[in-house]
Amino acid sequence: MRLDILDRGHRLHTKAIMALIRVFSGHPVVDAVKLAFYRQNFYGGGPLTHEAMRGQSDWSVGDRELMAAYVSKINECPFCVSAHSATSTMWYADEAKVAATLTDLKTAPIDEPLRATLRMLGKLTHENGLEADDILAVLASSVSVEQIKDALAVSLVFNITDRLANAFGFTIPSPEATNAGARFLLKRGYR
Amino acid sequence: MPEIAQLQRELVARVLGGDGKATPELRRAAFENAGFGEPIRTLIEKVAERSYQVTDGDIAAVRAAGLSEDEIFEIVVCAAVGQASRQYASALAALAGAVEGKAGQ
Repeated sequence: MRLDILDRGHRLHTKAIMALIRVFSGHPVVDAVKLAFYRQNFYGGGPLTHEAMRGQSDWSVGDRELMAAYVSKINECPFCVSAHSATSTMWYADEAKVAATLTDLKTAPIDEPLRATLRMLGKLTHENGLEADDILAVLASSVSVEQIKDALAVSLVFNITDRLANAFGFTIPSPEATNAGARFLLKRGYR
Repeated sequence: MPEIAQLQRELVARVLGGDGKATPELRRAAFENAGFGEPIRTLIEKVAERSYQVTDGDIAAVRAAGLSEDEIFEIVVCAAVGQASRQYASALAALAGAVEGKAGQ
């Protein structure tokens, strides 16, 4: 973590909560949690993230976690790729599917609507914008307007989070801690 | 997800106008990724355009220029929220254009 305040600058009450997390999880507090707990009245991305990732949607939780991992791959954010591929893998109970999607979207064993949507999110993330034709291609793959909006919400959140993780220098936790984090995210979400 | 637009507006309002250590001008410039001299320009440009390239040195240089850790925290958040918000706005405009085009056919 490149800023000491994100490691040690929390209020006493928050420090106590983080100490409890350490004790009960048996793992160090991950950097994403330290960021989420720091000055929540300034950044406080939790409610937006939770709504995008766990709010009502025709996309499954596993699909949205895979979108998060895919956007994070385009942003070259190893912390978020690791966390959200673990969460997606746990939800689908299919490691090969997630790994293949991140390796080669064209040949990955996923449904066409999800593939077209991930392609759109990849372009948006890489080029910082979309044209109407990009959207029409996704609509033509039997993705609804609501599903496109929901996917764009995931992209909004992870285009923020990836930048923060990279800029603040988040450390990737051990595989055990990553899986514990994934279990927590599936059980409780992001609030 | 009707709440997303509202939550996004609230986030933008918080980071630009909420309680903070960095001046509103500094936060706005970071959000827009414009109007900085060095060394802040390099840090903010990298956060917005290629965050994987941010280094310890980029943060250290901005700290050495006199910004506190909280000010750095705030402008980095503003830069990230700004870039992601522009992407989101572009995508929603494209979506509106696509839906309108289909309706007009």
